[in-house]
Amino acid sequence: MINSIIFILLWIGAIAFFTWNIKKISRNIKLGKDLDIKDNKKKRWGLVLKVAVGQSKMLRLPISGVLHILVYAGFILVNIEMLETMIDGVAGTHRILAPIFGFLYPIAVSSFEFFALFVMIGCIAFLIRRNILKLDRFWKPEMKWWPRLDANLILIAEVVLMTSIFFMNASDYILQTRGVAHYHETGSFFLSSFFVPMLQNLPSETLMLIERTCWWLHIVGIMIFLNYIPYSKHFHVFLSFFNVFYSKLEPVGKLANMPSITTEVKSMLTGEEPPMDENAEEIAFGAQDVKQLTWKHLMDAYTCTECGRCTSVCPANITGKKLSPRKIMMDIRDRIELTGKNIDKNGVDFSDDKSLFDSISAEELWACTTCNACVNACPVNIDQVSSILELRRYIVMEQAAAPGELNAIFSNIENNGAPWQFSQDDRMLWADELYINEK
Amino acid sequence: MSENKRKIEVPVMADLFAKGEKPEYLLWVGSAGAFDDRYKKVTRAFIKILTHLNVSYAVLGVEESSSGDVARRAGNEMLFQMQAMTNIEIMNSYEVKKIITCDPHAFNTFKNEYPEYEGNYEVLHHTQFLQQQISEGKLKIDSELFKGKTLTYHDPCYLGRANGEYDAPREVLDAIPSTKVEMKRNKSNALCCGAGGGQMFKEAEKGDKEVFIERTEDALATNPDIIVTACPYCMVMMTDGLKYKNKEEEIKNFDIAELIEQTLEL
Repeated sequence: MINSIIFILLWIGAIAFFTWNIKKISRNIKLGKDLDIKDNKKKRWGLVLKVAVGQSKMLRLPISGVLHILVYAGFILVNIEMLETMIDGVAGTHRILAPIFGFLYPIAVSSFEFFALFVMIGCIAFLIRRNILKLDRFWKPEMKWWPRLDANLILIAEVVLMTSIFFMNASDYILQTRGVAHYHETGSFFLSSFFVPMLQNLPSETLMLIERTCWWLHIVGIMIFLNYIPYSKHFHVFLSFFNVFYSKLEPVGKLANMPSITTEVKSMLTGEEPPMDENAEEIAFGAQDVKQLTWKHLMDAYTCTECGRCTSVCPANITGKKLSPRKIMMDIRDRIELTGKNIDKNGVDFSDDKSLFDSISAEELWACTTCNACVNACPVNIDQVSSILELRRYIVMEQAAAPGELNAIFSNIENNGAPWQFSQDDRMLWADELYINEK
Repeated sequence: MSENKRKIEVPVMADLFAKGEKPEYLLWVGSAGAFDDRYKKVTRAFIKILTHLNVSYAVLGVEESSSGDVARRAGNEMLFQMQAMTNIEIMNSYEVKKIITCDPHAFNTFKNEYPEYEGNYEVLHHTQFLQQQISEGKLKIDSELFKGKTLTYHDPCYLGRANGEYDAPREVLDAIPSTKVEMKRNKSNALCCGAGGGQMFKEAEKGDKEVFIERTEDALATNPDIIVTACPYCMVMMTDGLKYKNKEEEIKNFDIAELIEQTLEL
């Protein structure tokens, strides 16, 4: 009885705290500018199935792709068992589904054990890749202590959670064979039976303690895990589905239009006054801070799981330049979080006189070739180039601080219609003295 | 076979229009195609191919101006839209419906970005046009000029990743008897030449290496006789890379159009 109450209260607390955090993140994402994405629902759901559920882009790197699918699919499947755990927890029963499913029960639990094993294999392999093999992309400069610890904590937590399943099932089985009260017979479970010899000589009291501890560890572990995620790069487990749904559907080469400039340029070309928009706010060209990015840019940043696939294919980064598309995403997320905290403390209109340019340097932004290798590599369809471009737009149009060589090509294009200083009247010189061999 | 040289008078849109003629295609030459000494050769090669195929086309000539691609990617949206709207006004006044260009950047911006300013055209990259001509049987290559030569093709970002066109250039190359070897990073995984997004016109940021050298090494690893490109920026970068590696004597860098020009002995 008391256990049931504790169980229910813990869950209420865990879900309430999680909801509170989700609301905060959702508020933060909505700090971004409006962007209407309602088109092509069917295509978008298709993408969610293929890219998010089906992990299609993960497989571009086969080893980490397969390992990730083991962890992802395994984790989801293992948690089907949570259904029984929840009923048991609330009702104070023990393995309530065993009598109902009969001989199918040990088969089901055994298969969950296999999924748990897959998760463990994946997580251990990931830990080895990060910490022993030290894969380059996990040790770039932006991977400071916290991003590295964050990743390791998640992986270790999953290994602990999965291990607890094996010990719980093994001790449960031994207690069943000893006929201890409440531990009714369910048949043996395949993988945890290998743990039985290890535990066999322990007294029943100890085994009950192990069984109960593992059961609670598993439950409380999941609650902690759930509530850790909003603070972690691991938030992608939720947001990737949304982020993929709201993917850019046009060819990646198409950059976002700026309608405010279209109005202005049209009036310049026609000589007509632009139509007065009474609701027009003072809008900046491009972005120096998160509120000038769109909510999709901010969702991109929150979805980033810091895998670094973008950075490892970035031509600038490969050749030793400071630009790392992952760092841009991490900096934007850090800045949103800080902006959100400031709002909580000081109200919506508070400004700390800082901007994205405090963490992202012009040197990084100008190294981008807009080649879209990062966009192509991202398993969750983040558009890094779009954020980089918004920051460039701000530097060029608001600060007039483009690199000198680029200012030179701007004035050449303006004056003579080409990036080089050639007269437009000479645009046909290439056609002089052009002959073809007649046969 | 007796060969006579015939002078090509490149048709200009304004002249044709004055005569009441409307060509099927606008050939967008692009700033590099008009001014860059190396890429002018590609423009001339492609004009010869169009002439050889009796294609109805014209260029804008002195009315052409920068597509604005580089201005937009370098963050100058104002300048980009000025260019776009001015170009669209001219093209629409000539009732342009189809555009061919040898520049993947112009191709991308016309195809994907100009529609937002009432510039709606069917846009073809020259490799797509050549591929069509080959598959329709209009362009036939029975030259053994490159037989036994190894060709490696570098995907331009703005044709490949940006627009998903990996096949057309390869199909054109397949029509030329020769050995094709893919670089390790190819198609959607291809490495940029380093020139896009305004990089062409500025010093690279501090790093260990130039991007074009990294990409040239990818190409050299295939032991090619010819590095094939399909973009004016890539052409400049790969040529520089070959010079840097002192390989410009043994290994050539050609645009796909130039290979066709050579096989057809135009």
